Amino acid sequence: MRHLALLLTLLATCTAAAIIAGCGGSANSPTLVVYSGREQDLVGPLFEQFTKDTGIQLDVRYGESAELAATIREEGDASPADVFYAQDAGSVGVLEDHFAVLPQSDLTPIPARFRDPAGRWVGITGRVRVLAYNTDHLRDAQLPASVLALGAADWKLGDIGVAPTNASFVGFVSAMRLTEGDAKTKLFLTGLAGHAKTYQKNAQIIDAIATGEVDTGLVNHYYLYEKLASDPTAPVANHYFAPTDVGSFINVAPIAILKTAAHADEAQTFVQYLLTKAQVYYANTEGEREYPLNETQPGLERVRDLPPLADIPGPDVDLADLGHDLESTIAMIRDAGLIS
Amino acid sequence: MPALVIAIAPLVYLALRAIAGGATDALDPATLVPAGVRSLALAALVAVGAVAIGVPFAVLTVRTALPLRRLALVLGALPLVIPSYVGALTLLGALGPRGLLAQALEPLGVYRLPELDGLVGSTLVLILFTYPYVLLLAASALRRVDPALEQAARGMGRSTLDTFLRITLPQIRSAVIAGALLAALYAMSDFGVVSLLRCTTLTREAFLRYDALYDPAGAATVGLVLACLALLVVGAEQWTLRGSSLAARRRVRAREDVVPLPLGTARPIAIAFVLSITFFALVLPIAILVWWAISLVGRADIVSQLGTALPATANAVLVSAAAAIVCVVLALPIAALVARSSGRLPRAIESVSFVGYALPGIVVGLGLVFFATRSAPALYQTVALVVLAYTVRLLPQAIGGARSGWERVDPRFEQAARGMGRSPLHVLTRVTLPLAAPGVLTGAALVFLTAVKELPATLLLRPNGFNTPATLIWQKTSVAEYASAAIPALLLITISAVPVYLLLIRPEARSRS
Repeated sequence: MRHLALLLTLLATCTAAAIIAGCGGSANSPTLVVYSGREQDLVGPLFEQFTKDTGIQLDVRYGESAELAATIREEGDASPADVFYAQDAGSVGVLEDHFAVLPQSDLTPIPARFRDPAGRWVGITGRVRVLAYNTDHLRDAQLPASVLALGAADWKLGDIGVAPTNASFVGFVSAMRLTEGDAKTKLFLTGLAGHAKTYQKNAQIIDAIATGEVDTGLVNHYYLYEKLASDPTAPVANHYFAPTDVGSFINVAPIAILKTAAHADEAQTFVQYLLTKAQVYYANTEGEREYPLNETQPGLERVRDLPPLADIPGPDVDLADLGHDLESTIAMIRDAGLIS
Repeated sequence: MPALVIAIAPLVYLALRAIAGGATDALDPATLVPAGVRSLALAALVAVGAVAIGVPFAVLTVRTALPLRRLALVLGALPLVIPSYVGALTLLGALGPRGLLAQALEPLGVYRLPELDGLVGSTLVLILFTYPYVLLLAASALRRVDPALEQAARGMGRSTLDTFLRITLPQIRSAVIAGALLAALYAMSDFGVVSLLRCTTLTREAFLRYDALYDPAGAATVGLVLACLALLVVGAEQWTLRGSSLAARRRVRAREDVVPLPLGTARPIAIAFVLSITFFALVLPIAILVWWAISLVGRADIVSQLGTALPATANAVLVSAAAAIVCVVLALPIAALVARSSGRLPRAIESVSFVGYALPGIVVGLGLVFFATRSAPALYQTVALVVLAYTVRLLPQAIGGARSGWERVDPRFEQAARGMGRSPLHVLTRVTLPLAAPGVLTGAALVFLTAVKELPATLLLRPNGFNTPATLIWQKTSVAEYASAAIPALLLITISAVPVYLLLIRPEARSRS
């Protein structure tokens, strides 16, 4: 019994200390609150640089984009967030009503296809869908110009890695429904399911290609460079589909300012910073090769080992339209047997 | 009463969300039925598997002449501290299609291994990391079994096996079923393993609705279905236990030392059983984590990684300890009422509290976001809310422990103390609580161990910049940096091992001597 009492006292003391320590943090001067669906490993150094350059303190909440979107929705008007920086257009698309319209001067330098027509969110960086492949097993010339070939019954180039519930894949299928129609999309998915191997995340697909577990995989272009940064000899390369093929669908990492933002001015400064000064960071960070979308900025040369974004018009789809009818998109992916 | 509020809060939130959303799409039976069947099948198979491993393991380490049996009990309980998601990752790293085993076998001409996948794979992995619930509760119950009865049975010519089945097993039945329930509901609420091994249960379905569909109303509808199934499972548990709560009230008595049963010819089989379980559930995962951590040397700044991971570990210990205390405080009155009366309300609260445990952490987390921003904004994104989330999710573990502790207390001791003119408070603090303490502490330890590895609710509710080893593991695995995840994972296992040893195993070992 004495031990029990001792233990409980000890634990209670620790708890009190923890709560006091927890409260201590909130006594600082007002800081900009950023909800970031982008990984800390990627954007953390950039955010630190922002504080150095502008003197504005950041209070960053990291999480999965979709879960942060759900959080903002549950918080409603009481959301402490000033800015939402997401991984994909879908996560901001579902919250459109929560966002303030951004100033035209911020929007103009970004091509119209990479932002909300109503100006409530804007893409900071972009990524192209590609077919990554194992260079020991395949050559680029063997791979098709259209992604639709991956759904053909006579596909002979081995297993294809797919992340069927990942926002990037769901967005791509939604785009295909808009350009090719539902009937063709269904055929494609059913055919693809016949030689697909499913994963949770794109990074796992790249790993599986590198080890030869699958021969190819549908991913975003930059996962290759993340892999090569940690394993420079990995036998993986990207195959680009034809520039206007739906396989070359381009998604963005968008940013938006909440209507309820308590620090609207600082939020403005932050968005502007990411759209201008920070663009060079995305172009030059080791292992990170997303496309900076503001091509009026200087110093973006590193990206030139990638096909220029201007050469990839992508399929004719409006990113803002992708969020509609996701339910049917998922149902089609499921019916094809890709989600077991 | 606070316990009641906490127990039904998730249900109220789910109902509000599901109704507000009018989520009819999510109710499509073509997706819900298979997912529901998978959830139930997973729960049932994991429960059966956990019993099939946990009970023999407990008997071997508590009752037989197994060599090094106390060490075996410690090692057998430790897989509890490995988050099942990390366990699945390491097992894939070892046994997956391109894992270490496959690489080792390739020169021998073996190119394809059976895949650790789907319902079967998820079941196997979850059994390996939940059987300790059964082992611990069964081991503790076995020590309470009165050996006089068994001796009498054997004296009357019953065989050892017959004695075990007819005399011993009925006495530990309620503890075994309680452990099986914890394992079954853990399996129902698990997201990490089923998504890694591609088995679409209701929990994965709910996550899919958040992640790919941005559809919280649909997720809430799926959550409600899951909650109903959980109540069904809890109901099944209570049905199997009907009428046994009186039988479970054993007198606490000074026992003569139990003679360990000789294993005879079964000895090699018993040793092989204990070694193989320990190998797959403990040695292999930790070996892979160590291997990953070693592969970091010279490639990343380990000192700075430790600089992040150590404070995160301290955070997790504090928050989980706080949750353990809060859970025990709330659980004590319920446990006392359930153990001592046949009232319906305490039993109902106990059953409903299991809903929070069976629900995916993201559902509980979003529910608290909803309530806190509306009614307690001062608490929002503070550690207090994280503690509350753990309490909602883990209260049943504390209730179960406290209840079994209370059931061990012979009411006659209390009556005697009162007869001597002691005040009720005195009786409670000097007689009842000390006697119930081992059970209460077991419950507290289970809460701590589950809380310290909790991820989804922690991610949603933590203060900005507040990390635990689990959030660091998430941060690293979401960029496929498995090697970097090894450091927080190993720290998590290390700190969890301390309470396992102190609270769960040492008293058991000591009570033998």
